[in-house]
Amino acid sequence: MVRLKTPEALESFRQEILSKRNPDKPCISICAGAGCVASGADEVIEAFKAEIENQGLAAKVDTKGTGCPGFCERGPIVVIYPEEICYLQVTAEDVPEIISETIKKNKVVERLLFEDPVTGEKAVHESDISFYKAQERAVLCNNIKIDSRSIDDYLALGGYAALGKALGGMTDVQVLEEVKKSNLRGRGGAGFPAGRKWEGSRNAPEPIKYVIVNADEGDPGAFMDRALLEGNPHSILEGLIIGGYAIGSHEGYFYVRQEYPLAVENINLAIKQAEEYGLLGKNILGSGFDFKVYVHQGAGAFVCGESTALMTSLEGRVGEPRPKYVRSNVKGLWNRPSVLNNVETWANVPLIINKGADWFTQIGTDSSKGTKIFSLVGKITNTGLVEVPMGMTLRDIIYKIGGGIPDGKKFKAVQTGGPSGGCIPEDQLDLQVGFDELTRAGSMMGSGGMIVLDEDTCMVDVARYFINFLTEESCGKCVPCREGLRQMHRILTNITLGKGKEGDIELLEELAETAVEASLCALGKSAPNPFLSTLRYFRDEYEAHIKEKRCPALACKELISFYIDPARCMACGICLKKCPAEAIDGGKKKIHIIDQEKCTKCGTCFEVCPAKFGAVTKISGEPVPEPIAEEKRIIIKKSKKESK
Amino acid sequence: MKEIQFEIDGNKVTATEGMTLLEAAQSAGIFIPTLCHHEKLEPFGACRLCIVEVEANGRTKLVVSCVYLSEENIIVRTRSEKIDRIRKTIIELLMAHAPDSPKLQDLAKEYGADKDRYEKEASFCIHCGLCVRYCAEVTKKNAIGFVDRGIHKEISFIPEIAAKECNDCKECFPLCPTSYLQAAFVLTEALAFPATSKSESKE
Repeated sequence: MVRLKTPEALESFRQEILSKRNPDKPCISICAGAGCVASGADEVIEAFKAEIENQGLAAKVDTKGTGCPGFCERGPIVVIYPEEICYLQVTAEDVPEIISETIKKNKVVERLLFEDPVTGEKAVHESDISFYKAQERAVLCNNIKIDSRSIDDYLALGGYAALGKALGGMTDVQVLEEVKKSNLRGRGGAGFPAGRKWEGSRNAPEPIKYVIVNADEGDPGAFMDRALLEGNPHSILEGLIIGGYAIGSHEGYFYVRQEYPLAVENINLAIKQAEEYGLLGKNILGSGFDFKVYVHQGAGAFVCGESTALMTSLEGRVGEPRPKYVRSNVKGLWNRPSVLNNVETWANVPLIINKGADWFTQIGTDSSKGTKIFSLVGKITNTGLVEVPMGMTLRDIIYKIGGGIPDGKKFKAVQTGGPSGGCIPEDQLDLQVGFDELTRAGSMMGSGGMIVLDEDTCMVDVARYFINFLTEESCGKCVPCREGLRQMHRILTNITLGKGKEGDIELLEELAETAVEASLCALGKSAPNPFLSTLRYFRDEYEAHIKEKRCPALACKELISFYIDPARCMACGICLKKCPAEAIDGGKKKIHIIDQEKCTKCGTCFEVCPAKFGAVTKISGEPVPEPIAEEKRIIIKKSKKESK
Repeated sequence: MKEIQFEIDGNKVTATEGMTLLEAAQSAGIFIPTLCHHEKLEPFGACRLCIVEVEANGRTKLVVSCVYLSEENIIVRTRSEKIDRIRKTIIELLMAHAPDSPKLQDLAKEYGADKDRYEKEASFCIHCGLCVRYCAEVTKKNAIGFVDRGIHKEISFIPEIAAKECNDCKECFPLCPTSYLQAAFVLTEALAFPATSKSESKE
């Protein structure tokens, strides 16, 4: 076992690892992130191993399960080095062909390549794929290159060089100053400058201090932190150790949710490996600096992502926020100075130390520096993790990287910032993403969730959905959040059910004000955002629901009816057969009619009616036309008669 | 101990270091409404009724006075249009649970709150936590606690402890603003230790 005693020993060990590696030796990297595993990556990895063994190629080809490169929509993802040939949606059945063609004959398997949905062009390399082209992957770039369970892979790519640099050649104050100069802002929600937070802790008189990783990512549809925790745990760990050194802390914690079992496993493994190499523990790299890290599993409460609730939970008590007006970087965990930063924030620290604050500040806008990882999900062609420089417009993210809205639908809004973020409408698509820019637009950066909504989405229903999530996740301690959200959810639900009343909007506004102004913690204070931002941009939808009992997006079940247009129905019988409620009457050459009494509004008829007929329609806010007279329902050689 | 001078509703107030705004106001005879506050207990900050406006360095913010510490030269306002509106909403939200609580009815009168503003949920408990905290912090018996979370949270006696400790104590009973506590106790008694209570009542 190697124990690295100086920064120089770390560097020569890195050279030793590299010297044993042949950069021209083919290496098959298969994403082993949670998304790809769910779509069968484990079987693909096994199939590669077995095939390589069978073909007697074990000495000539490497295989590794890597971290998530982000294009989860098209998983399992396989990248073959050194050519960087990228295959998407690979199954175990494709493996023999990849081995015999690509590995043995150096030929590309065309059908597994990415095909541009617009131009139809095939992309051979990862960097040619439109999804990746416009991204700037400073933090995520190593995910696909390293076996997430191998510290040697991380070291081979320059891992722990920042730690060596900090401990070997910089004072703790210099490290702090570098982070301050970089203007790195917290990636977890509020965007507080990390350097200032660190300085507050460093200057606090209490000698025992802590550094903590907030890995309690719980936003619906968000998996940025998960990809880093699972894929490149050492990058976060390295940042944490550097942070500990800068503020004079000797103890760090990972607060990670137990619903991320792979993340918990990989982090624990990373800590063990770092301890074995002397990158954690006593006298790290001979610097005299001691640092120890513990992993704590959260029990899955969203509120424990809030800083004081997280610390209370870490202390072993009920995860409720503290009522006191004291900053946790001065009095946090066990009342001692505690720096809590999000996973992505910590992962940026080694980059800043390695490349310098000046490199970091080149990227981004005036007030938001560096890159940001977003999880781009919802009604979007390319779902996945995207890392872009701050300041890129929402339009570029959604159209250039995300490939726009599928099925020819129209864009309606993008929901950013997690459940307590807001919805940004089409006329603001040229907004540059940044902490202050998003806040001004009535939303927020949050931890980087980005849910794209199309024209079929009802904005009142979106508000109801997120308020429901937050109601369920409220800790229940303070009245404005517990009771206010309960009532907001009730009123919003009634509006979507067609039971909205005059004055409901005003009542919701009053409840929102109370929650924003009087709640105990950030969860409650930001909870009304889904309502406030949708009201700001889509007030007409609220009014249509309340006044006309009409859902403009034709989404609220209680406010719509399904109707078969007799002029378009060709009596094909598909909807008749598929209707689970047996609510459709019709027959051969007999125009179909939906019995509104029996209809359960499941939407099956709407989905199965052939597009060339398009006879089934949704009606909202007006009565369903009376069924046509029985004698007119018979279709008599329609086409010929009409043509005459 | 260091003395701190500041202003509440136009009155000069002197507080000692570490004193909350609520304590300073009470010692100066200025009334701020509360529901979850009790002088023997650690500040809880849950009902948010004691919310006040603090003006410092030309900026105004809303804080809850039961946990906010006194600061030199600040200006505190205990009533304003906004504060009254927030208090009214809080009272109305709680009256959806306990419309007949005398304490809430008095507050409703003061702030013009309508007990029928929000749809009723007859659970009676307003989660002020006085019983739970008194039992933990003052009598140190821990015979009652909160169970579950958020909107599903409720108080619950721990039958094993309650059977031994409660009959001779019941100090928490007068603290409850809605009398739900007493009901919860009777229910626990009836379900979990009826024999004990009967034998005791015969003695």
